[in-house]
Amino acid sequence: MKVWHFSEMAYHPAWPQLGDSYRVIIPSRLYDPKVGADLYHRYLNEWALCDELGINIMTNEHHATATCADSVCTIPMAILARETKRVRLLALGMPIGNRNDPIRVAEEYSMLDVISRGRIEMGFVKGVPFEISPANTNPAELTERFWEAHDLILKAMTSHDGPFNWEGTHFHYRQVNVWPRPWQQPHPPVWMPVGSTGSAMEAAERGMTIGVLNTGWVRTPPIFEAYRKKAAEAGRPITQERLAYMALIGVGHTREEGWRRADQILGYSRTSGIVAPQFMNPPGYASPALSAQALKTSGGGFRAGRIQSRDGRNIDPRTMSVEDAIDAGLVFAGTPDDVLDQLRAFYDHVGGFGHLLMMGQGGLLDHDETVANLTLFSREVLPRVDNLAVM
Amino acid sequence: MERIQINELSFEVLTAGDGPPLLFLHGGDYFAQHREFFDRLARHWRVVVPRHPGFGNSERPHGFRTVHDLAYLYLDLLERGDLGKATLVGSSFGGWVALEMCIRCVDRIDRLVLIDSVGVKFGGREERDIADIYALASEEVLRRSFFDPARMAPDYARLSDDELTAIARDRQATALYGWRPYMHNPGLRQWLHRVSVPTLVIWGENDGVVTQDYGHKLCRSLPNSRFEAIREAGHYPQIERPDEVADAIGRFARAEVL
Repeated sequence: MKVWHFSEMAYHPAWPQLGDSYRVIIPSRLYDPKVGADLYHRYLNEWALCDELGINIMTNEHHATATCADSVCTIPMAILARETKRVRLLALGMPIGNRNDPIRVAEEYSMLDVISRGRIEMGFVKGVPFEISPANTNPAELTERFWEAHDLILKAMTSHDGPFNWEGTHFHYRQVNVWPRPWQQPHPPVWMPVGSTGSAMEAAERGMTIGVLNTGWVRTPPIFEAYRKKAAEAGRPITQERLAYMALIGVGHTREEGWRRADQILGYSRTSGIVAPQFMNPPGYASPALSAQALKTSGGGFRAGRIQSRDGRNIDPRTMSVEDAIDAGLVFAGTPDDVLDQLRAFYDHVGGFGHLLMMGQGGLLDHDETVANLTLFSREVLPRVDNLAVM
Repeated sequence: MERIQINELSFEVLTAGDGPPLLFLHGGDYFAQHREFFDRLARHWRVVVPRHPGFGNSERPHGFRTVHDLAYLYLDLLERGDLGKATLVGSSFGGWVALEMCIRCVDRIDRLVLIDSVGVKFGGREERDIADIYALASEEVLRRSFFDPARMAPDYARLSDDELTAIARDRQATALYGWRPYMHNPGLRQWLHRVSVPTLVIWGENDGVVTQDYGHKLCRSLPNSRFEAIREAGHYPQIERPDEVADAIGRFARAEVL
């Protein structure tokens, strides 16, 4: 199993001042660039450490938010492409339905792949609903734009005989000719985060790797199952390498220490969904049937986070305890043995997967604690994750 | 509601009443609240209300995605139907469609009525002519849309799944046609001189989505128009004050000269 360390590079110093929305409308006067610079450098140091620890690296991006100060996922990738030598670099990823220029995305990923000498894995993201406002893309066309951009980027990265023409529904170029071409042939591995069975099937048809985030014990199995079924129908070999699961991981020498770290990392889950309701369901983002249900239950917006315990209890992510989060399968925490036991149980429950996307830093977990968390994980847990097998 | 077919496209149309023809183009939301207004109009008019493609239960073909498509569709409807010369009435988003029709061809249009219409940009690039309803809390959107939101707010919990799905489709389609540029066509203003038919610009005095000031600018931009404010009404005066709006349209239709 491959393990990846993920952090959202949160600008947590602003959190206490944000009120009832941590996204979209918050003024940037609450961001102090001097504090922000220190934070960027420490998060980059933690990723650089991963190169020594043998943990791969994952970045992402969000916009107009203090929960994730990584607003351009390829910028840390670019720094790390040179600063690291061994581990692989995944951006999960690029919101290509929201970006105006897919060719620029192909260029960024190709350059990164060459500079890193073939260590890039490229994620394409449809984007959560509250990313619509910062990008001002048409929510009713997002899915269509996403797939057109996806097709164009892959064609641009794999065409090596001079310009080609692209006059699509959303993107128009007459001389597509991307330099450099990528190091990996035909192109770097393609990932997509997935939160529903429908998206899982779309990814399976195309052989993409899916990253399943925040779905937990209850919602993950049907997503993986839908992927496996569709991949089989599409005649693609079904391997665990196409399935990734993200968990928040706090490991310590004692259970208390591991739980304390997990509790701080949970600052991510507790803040991530705090969004003014009008940005949670822009019209056309979800299907009319889903939006109709949202109108009925809440007058329009979706409620953030749908986290369920194993016995079907609804857990409020804003106040979620470590115990609840372990029960829900969002967190693996405790001693190395505890973490392995929880990981193994989850792995068996969902039928196995090939990538563990480890949020080893999140929320308020500071640098020293993050280093200790990652280091202990790499020494005591990482050597044993390859022995997992579906019972 | 019946269905009609124009070209390859099948869409819902509500028809009611007898009299001279009136084509009503609805706005982005609150369609179900128009019943009283339509009933009132039907006393004197043959009212024809298409549900725009993508709205309600009207289908929207893949390549049909701009206000221009809607304008040509309804020009086709006027040419091919048996309506003769119609009075064209557009509310909000529907007003924008009506303007796009009139700058193209007014052969089958007798008069134009715009009710709190959008579609035109007057202010500078940092001025917001039309409230960004997608960035406002739902209570604030209601407050800006209606003079009396407590009376007009729909009780979504009591609606059927079909009714709610129709509302969700209305909102989805409004976004599809009007998201960017937001609820206007940057090129429309320079062609407004082509709206040669007599035009009545009706505005809710308490409209907080597009204010009366916008309405006056729109009226001044049209060659043959007059303005009428409706008291105690917001963005949808025909919903809040159906009698007053229907009367205003009636007076306008009977007037020989503006």
